[in-house]
Amino acid sequence: MGKSLFQKVWDAHTVRTLANGQTQLLIGTHLIHEVTSPQAFGMLRDKGLSVQYPHRTYATVDHIVPTNEALEPYSDPLAQGMIEELRKNCAENNVTFFDTNTGKQGVVHIVGPEQGITQPGTTIACGDSHTATHGAFGAIAFGIGTSQVRDVLATQTIALGELKVRRINVEGKLRAGVYAKDVILHIIRLLGTQGGTGFAYEYGGSTFDAMTMEERMTVCNMSIEGGARVGYVNPDATTYDYLKGRPYSPTGKAWEAAVADWQSYASDPDCSYDDVVTISTNDIEPTVTWGITPSQGVGINEMIPAINEGVTQSERESIEEALEYMKFEGGSALRGKKIDVAFIGSCTNGRLSDLKEVAHHIKGHRVADNVQAIVVPGSQVVAQIAQQLGLHTIFTDAGFEWRGAGCSMCLAMNPDKLIGDQLCASSSNRNFKGRQGSPTGRTMLMSPLMVAAAAIKGEVTDAREIFSVQAAAVSA
Amino acid sequence: MSTGPIIKVTGRGVFVPGDDVDTDRIIPARFMKCITFDGLGEYFFYDVRKDENGDNKIHNLNDSRFTGANIIIGGKNFGCGSSREHAPQAILRAGYTAIIAGSFAEIFFGNATNLGVVCVTASAQDRESIASKIEANPLVEITIDIKEYKIWVGDTSFECSIKSNARESLLSGHFDPLKELLSGADSVASVALKLPYMQA
Repeated sequence: MGKSLFQKVWDAHTVRTLANGQTQLLIGTHLIHEVTSPQAFGMLRDKGLSVQYPHRTYATVDHIVPTNEALEPYSDPLAQGMIEELRKNCAENNVTFFDTNTGKQGVVHIVGPEQGITQPGTTIACGDSHTATHGAFGAIAFGIGTSQVRDVLATQTIALGELKVRRINVEGKLRAGVYAKDVILHIIRLLGTQGGTGFAYEYGGSTFDAMTMEERMTVCNMSIEGGARVGYVNPDATTYDYLKGRPYSPTGKAWEAAVADWQSYASDPDCSYDDVVTISTNDIEPTVTWGITPSQGVGINEMIPAINEGVTQSERESIEEALEYMKFEGGSALRGKKIDVAFIGSCTNGRLSDLKEVAHHIKGHRVADNVQAIVVPGSQVVAQIAQQLGLHTIFTDAGFEWRGAGCSMCLAMNPDKLIGDQLCASSSNRNFKGRQGSPTGRTMLMSPLMVAAAAIKGEVTDAREIFSVQAAAVSA
Repeated sequence: MSTGPIIKVTGRGVFVPGDDVDTDRIIPARFMKCITFDGLGEYFFYDVRKDENGDNKIHNLNDSRFTGANIIIGGKNFGCGSSREHAPQAILRAGYTAIIAGSFAEIFFGNATNLGVVCVTASAQDRESIASKIEANPLVEITIDIKEYKIWVGDTSFECSIKSNARESLLSGHFDPLKELLSGADSVASVALKLPYMQA
């Protein structure tokens, strides 16, 4: 019997079994940022411990960075304090820091891959639940808490129970106007917010085989919204092509050896899975969330569910709570909901291909008068290439604001926030109550092109109609 | 912070209704602009407890009948969303040491257990029954007995579950794994040596 990639990577990184039955697992690559690491460095100082493998930790600053203010000190002294603390901790501990003056700063889950730090067959941890993004490369990547950040800094390991593996096959070609974001929103809609608890999700099938790395990252990114703390795609030629020539990728003879090593980690054809789910792309529509969990999504032409559509009492209560918060009527159309803000960016959809796809379609269109639309590149590298390609001008000509790199309005720890109960069409990953900075702010998750369509029409709409996507199918 | 074996948690309960209570709700991101966990207790469930003017909303967490409770009774998928340890830290610093839920999101569960915040699961029916007993008598004593997989509410007992390795860690008092992880340094070095990407 063969082994899955998860099993192979787990075995190769197992140090030993701990007294409580958990595994001491080696974390090969550690990514840190300003929100969840300062307390961990503080704990090390309190205990007189040092960073054991400083060359395996990489830092950047993303959550608190203002996107419309380049110069320090930032107007928010708390944000300034956080960036300075990270700078100090990295300098004192010899940790590489992709700071704002390096041209490489950005959302941690965008920086790792684009620098070539994220590699197949590795274990990666970061104090951020969207760390599964790196699984797109065939890495096993965990979101961890701050005490575990401390554990990785001090020991390069964490204590963890082994996961089961669910294979999720998606078969078929994605229809024009349907994107990787719709694939993962559809998966979460089907399997629920806790369907993945205890599982690693292995994504495969012809749809994933055909996806670019950036599309695979979008899917893996939101694994946690389905309850799975790990999600991955087996490495293949697409993976190696992406990694070749990146700053931290192996070169020369080491490259050939690395590719052979990476390939050996791919799941064996005869491996067994704890569960298998198969989905057809025929069933995947541009998907939009109407509620307060990422599983509360429907196809753009569907109606928002009514309370009595809940099968169980707790489902009915969840629908009722969501409708009340979102100020939507059960049974009403998703289309036509008037938006106030449009956000394109985040570790889910702030990559170059996302910006290119939107820019390709929005020429000649204009953001509706009553909508504030912002585009936040996921990293300085993304921003720089986009600007070389002139994408920023396409966006600003259409009435979008072109901002600096960071997490921005995905979680609104910087000045980009919803006000009051504003409704936001967002390419990010969470629609929780208050997620975008206002306790009553409302979020609808969708693909970047659907966000752009909503920005232009001033209401939730079908991007395929606004941009005549059917006529000219363009792959992302 | 507590150290030593945790076999039972005793105290009073408060019911926090709803499934999918996410970590943004437990501690909104705007309160995470800090470099220590000190003071997070103040922002525990902030937007659930406070309206936009900072005044108290009507909620069990503001109800004086439940002041002094140390056990939260919650729904399914408690703690979903972000990996922020700020969430269990805020819970602990607000004075809560245990949660009885339908199920827990995995990262939250691990973070809470590492801090010695006891997370056990119970059936919907039992949680409803526990919640109504608390409503009827907010002072009723609750004991979560990890060793015996039991929740006592006054004279009535209910079954509960807890993952075996978390139970083991709490019972042994080694729920913070750092010391044990540090003791494996030599084995870590030899595993690292076999992995090409780990080499400097």
